[in-house]
Amino acid sequence: METNYSMTGDAGQYLNYWQKVGLAITGIGLFIIVLFWGNWNAQIEPAWFFLPFMITALAVGTGLYTWGSYKNAPAGIKNNGVYFNPLTNRGSLAWVSGVLLTLFYVSLYWYPSHLGLGLGANGSNLGLVALFDGLSHLFRNKDADQWFVYGTFYTLAILFLGAKFLVKYRHNRYQIIRTLVVMFSQLVFAYFLPFILEALGANDGGYYNLNPVNYYPLNYSFITPDRIDPMVAEVNQPIGMAYLVWGIIGFLILTPVVTYYLGKRWYCSWFCGCGGLAETAGDSFRHLSDKSVAAWKIERWVIHSVMVFVFIMTLAVMYTYFLNQEFALQFVVPSRGVGMLILFGWIVLGLGAFLGLYFKNKGKSRKYLLVGAAVFTFLGILMLVNYSLGKHEAFGIASYKIKEWYGFFIGAIFSGIIGVGFYPLLGNRVWCRFGCPMAGYMGIIQRFKSRFRITTNGGQCISCGNCSTYCEQGIDVRWYAQRGQNIVRASCVGCGICSAVCPRGVLKLENGPEEGRVNDNPILLGNDMPRMNPNVK
Amino acid sequence: MKTSLTQTMAMEHIVIIGNGIAGSTLARHVRKLSNKRITMISAEHDNFFSRTALMYVYMGHMRFKDTEPYPKSFWADNDIALVHDKVKCIDVQHQVLSLEKGERLAYDKLVLATGSRPNELKLKGEELLGVQGLYSKQDLEYMKANTMGVEHAVIVGGGLIGVEMAEMLLSRNITVDFIVRDTHFWGSVLPQADAQFVDQHLQKHHGLTLHFSEELEEILGADVGRVKGVRTLHGQKEIQCDFVGVTIGVHPNIAVTFESDIAVNRGILVDEYLATNIPNVYAIGDCTEQKNPLPGRKAIEQVWYTGRMMGETLAQTLCGNPTKYSPGNWFNSAKFFDLEYQTYGSVQAQLQAGEEEFVFQSKNGKVLVHFVYEEQTKALIGVNAFGIRLRHEVFDHWLNQQTPITEVLTNFESAVFDPEFFTQYGAEIISVFNTEKKMNIALTPKKWWQKLIQA
Repeated sequence: METNYSMTGDAGQYLNYWQKVGLAITGIGLFIIVLFWGNWNAQIEPAWFFLPFMITALAVGTGLYTWGSYKNAPAGIKNNGVYFNPLTNRGSLAWVSGVLLTLFYVSLYWYPSHLGLGLGANGSNLGLVALFDGLSHLFRNKDADQWFVYGTFYTLAILFLGAKFLVKYRHNRYQIIRTLVVMFSQLVFAYFLPFILEALGANDGGYYNLNPVNYYPLNYSFITPDRIDPMVAEVNQPIGMAYLVWGIIGFLILTPVVTYYLGKRWYCSWFCGCGGLAETAGDSFRHLSDKSVAAWKIERWVIHSVMVFVFIMTLAVMYTYFLNQEFALQFVVPSRGVGMLILFGWIVLGLGAFLGLYFKNKGKSRKYLLVGAAVFTFLGILMLVNYSLGKHEAFGIASYKIKEWYGFFIGAIFSGIIGVGFYPLLGNRVWCRFGCPMAGYMGIIQRFKSRFRITTNGGQCISCGNCSTYCEQGIDVRWYAQRGQNIVRASCVGCGICSAVCPRGVLKLENGPEEGRVNDNPILLGNDMPRMNPNVK
Repeated sequence: MKTSLTQTMAMEHIVIIGNGIAGSTLARHVRKLSNKRITMISAEHDNFFSRTALMYVYMGHMRFKDTEPYPKSFWADNDIALVHDKVKCIDVQHQVLSLEKGERLAYDKLVLATGSRPNELKLKGEELLGVQGLYSKQDLEYMKANTMGVEHAVIVGGGLIGVEMAEMLLSRNITVDFIVRDTHFWGSVLPQADAQFVDQHLQKHHGLTLHFSEELEEILGADVGRVKGVRTLHGQKEIQCDFVGVTIGVHPNIAVTFESDIAVNRGILVDEYLATNIPNVYAIGDCTEQKNPLPGRKAIEQVWYTGRMMGETLAQTLCGNPTKYSPGNWFNSAKFFDLEYQTYGSVQAQLQAGEEEFVFQSKNGKVLVHFVYEEQTKALIGVNAFGIRLRHEVFDHWLNQQTPITEVLTNFESAVFDPEFFTQYGAEIISVFNTEKKMNIALTPKKWWQKLIQA
């Protein structure tokens, strides 16, 4: 019978003086947020005071808490009490914060007026959104909206809790460099650069779309008329075209090439915003990921289904787009026929990639590549039939409807509410593991055509389970390590925490020759006995 | 590998007592090599768990179930029967076991993998409430109960379990007096320079007081039968405490062999095929004692890795491929609070005749690497590494090839297993070596692209 420490409370968290002060000050900052949110229909003055006060309280509070947590011990892995703490062991605090975060996301996506958006006289803001008006004017010379509020919170979370992460892992230079890049990427690429570009006149798109490292297919709307038309519009040049070209290079060339050399970690745990939040604010919840084989099975079907869904959506909307009498892209793509050729070319490319990887690889999981090839073949035939029949929908469904569904189910519910709102309940990488189409795309490359692996150090594993416990992607790292097998998994985001928490120096993330990367039947080092069957490890 | 009932009955029945790393490894490998009937018995817990991870459960890093490398269903899926019971006695004549709950179990091959027991101090007061060792899952439960509300503890025994226990207690804000018999931590195993390096690291931890060259004379009790302190032997000092951890090593658990003719000394005596003196009875892991120890190795080696290797080896023998126990180069690892330790080959506490050593301590104080090699041939004999991770594969190869120390050092960076971007010590090691040994060797230069991919 398992004793649940967090319920009996016999070994609660020992909070020292600085931790308590830090939590109290953080609490004041959070209280201001709740105060403005709760009074969404009111103007609380003076906002110029409350906003900097709130931000300062969060910065100082998390800073003091961090200081209190790590000042007394030499640098090292400090996961003491993770399973006793009601916030990190699905206790009371986890449920409270999970519900609050979910409510925030619901307001953000569907009821921004409940945050105070446009409730004031002449459409001005009240409540929480109004709290950010001053900052928004400072950066972009207009009133805040819910996305500005969200982006600011998001960035602050990555910065403040990233700082905590830096102190926690100060002995580990991989973690330090990685986290500094994460913080830089969020602050500069995701937060400030879009403001600068807006000021330069690239004013159509808003927060997400001007982030230069938010690549398709994570940025699923990148290849839709809604985005393409403004990008090629004359008023947005040359930035618009630059983004279009950069985005296509990013998806078609940069992503596969860099993933081949470094694994998908370059994106997922270094540059991606979703990954950035997961690695910093979500670090305390990484152990909550489900390690069961059942979860792994679900993961593979769901994440690749989402990816296929995005590809279908893109094909569908672009098919309809090219069937229009006039389309803005016409100065690049001269005719409908050329547009269709591009779409079919895309399908052939996907089909070829799956078949190529299938024939180049060994191992059981390669059979799933045939599923991918079958899907692309099916799509190609379906689209060809519809095109020859002169139908206006590539797959028999109105393309804008597909996009609407995707935005609702995947964009909002999956990546937002479950992805972040449920951090304290399901772990910090639910979206990245089960949903993200970008992760799915890079995962296939990482599994079948990459130099990246986690190397297992001979026979040193003692099966303790720290690596599996702290794997945010739910990989049972120990399963491989204890049999001397390298870890080559599509879902690994290369955060490096398994290597950091290993007490025996068994795991190392590295890039190296493809040969010998996957060792299905390794011989555990240390034992010199002759073996009956060399294939039995 | 599902088999019908009649097939199963006709199949040879292998019974394993103990489901630790030795027993579990054996069961898995027998299953990979055959479809024999396998039963694994344990009184401790019905599923294999990693004993070395018990400390993380106490500290709240993991739940107990996270220490189980395989889900319970794994054993059923592989047709390995688990019995949660204690073996009362073995009838080697009729090849039958009696279990405490009354069941009798016939075997064709019996494997004893019963592990170890903590050593006792044999001092007055050892029976008091709040005095305990740490070995089993039950010990962990006791420790949880025994340290509830405790503010100060004493630990006796400066070895691996002692330092683990100290880390566990400090994680719950319990201060610790650590009584070590040797002049340094783990002095019976580590050379002095290495032990001192560990001492320095231990001393950085608030709440931990080290007492070297000290032993206990008596454990003092209060009226309620609970420990209230200890008196030291040499200092004659009384230390008040509410908990005493006894971590003075372990010995083979041979209780199951009593009242049978299975030959024992300190451990269950086995030959090179891991067979006992009784036909069809074998022993593996911590409970064994080698009748003829391998050259340079001890008769009793109680580490995780030897248990695993014996399990792998015996599986071959039981499946028709008689195989001698033949562990390769010695290796081991541990972690002292935040300081990682790895060793490959042989580094003795005292330098042996014909051996030469080179001890490198980095300027930043974070790393110590202790090389031992042959005086004449300069061939590598062993290495101790602290605060730096080394590649098992490379050192195993160097030891097998009797690679000279100079070659080891010039290629040292290729044997480092630290995460990417970590400080490289190759150049510093070589410069210290050159100065100390009046040599002039140089680091093998890396090509620019190697630097690039190895970051």
